[in-house]
Amino acid sequence: MSEVVELEIPARPEFVALARLVVSAMAATDAALSDDQVDDLKIAVSEACTNAIEAHGAVGADVGVRLRCWSDERGLRVSIEDRGPGFDPSILPEHPPPTDPDRLKFERGLGIPLIRALVDEVEIASSGEGTEVRLAMWHATNGRH
Amino acid sequence: MDLGLDVAERNKFAVLSVRGEVDVYTAPKFRERLIELVGQGKHHIVVDLEGVEFLDSTGLGVLVGGLKRLRSHNGDLVLVCTQSRILKVFEITGLTKVFSIYDTVEAATDPNSQN
Repeated sequence: MSEVVELEIPARPEFVALARLVVSAMAATDAALSDDQVDDLKIAVSEACTNAIEAHGAVGADVGVRLRCWSDERGLRVSIEDRGPGFDPSILPEHPPPTDPDRLKFERGLGIPLIRALVDEVEIASSGEGTEVRLAMWHATNGRH
Repeated sequence: MDLGLDVAERNKFAVLSVRGEVDVYTAPKFRERLIELVGQGKHHIVVDLEGVEFLDSTGLGVLVGGLKRLRSHNGDLVLVCTQSRILKVFEITGLTKVFSIYDTVEAATDPNSQN
């Protein structure tokens, strides 16, 4: 692991944009990632930071959310760590299908599905002491597209 | 970072044009503006997302909540969006089947349209 960019943001909503900015700037230094991949990564980072901030709020944790970002030969990796209460990522609530009128009862819970759809690899390690979300965006085989 | 929220009237619709980034920080302002419009009796709302530079699931939640609120008043909330990076989050989450999405404000507010 070399050339790691580390950032700790206060666990407040106004700092999520800063996290996106730093990660997208870091991603832009990697010419093998496409603009679409950078856009997708920004959304995934935003979702993970939003969840992290809410997790801190849930336990009143007075510490920052830690981000690390680094490149390797396969692609770009981002880690988002919180000190929240943790959750079981295998039992996320399921939404009714879009055509079901009850779908409108669910305004939340789209963050983790979006992360999973947008990045190439997601690992979520969660315990009672916090959660680490690790995202990876692999280099497109044909370079920038 | 500020969120632009401009309202115009067109035919029977209130057109809410959103500019900037919609995330956990700016979404409350967006939600409040929608609730305010519904409170003013605007039950047919077009949300124009063409000026949106970023939108995550918090923004989707505001739109779903707005649609639910309007449907309870026999109204509707439709979207204007042609940006592929914004449409992508609607597609992934299946919300393209929940919202009517138009290419232009003119098409969304066409009095002859189904909506």
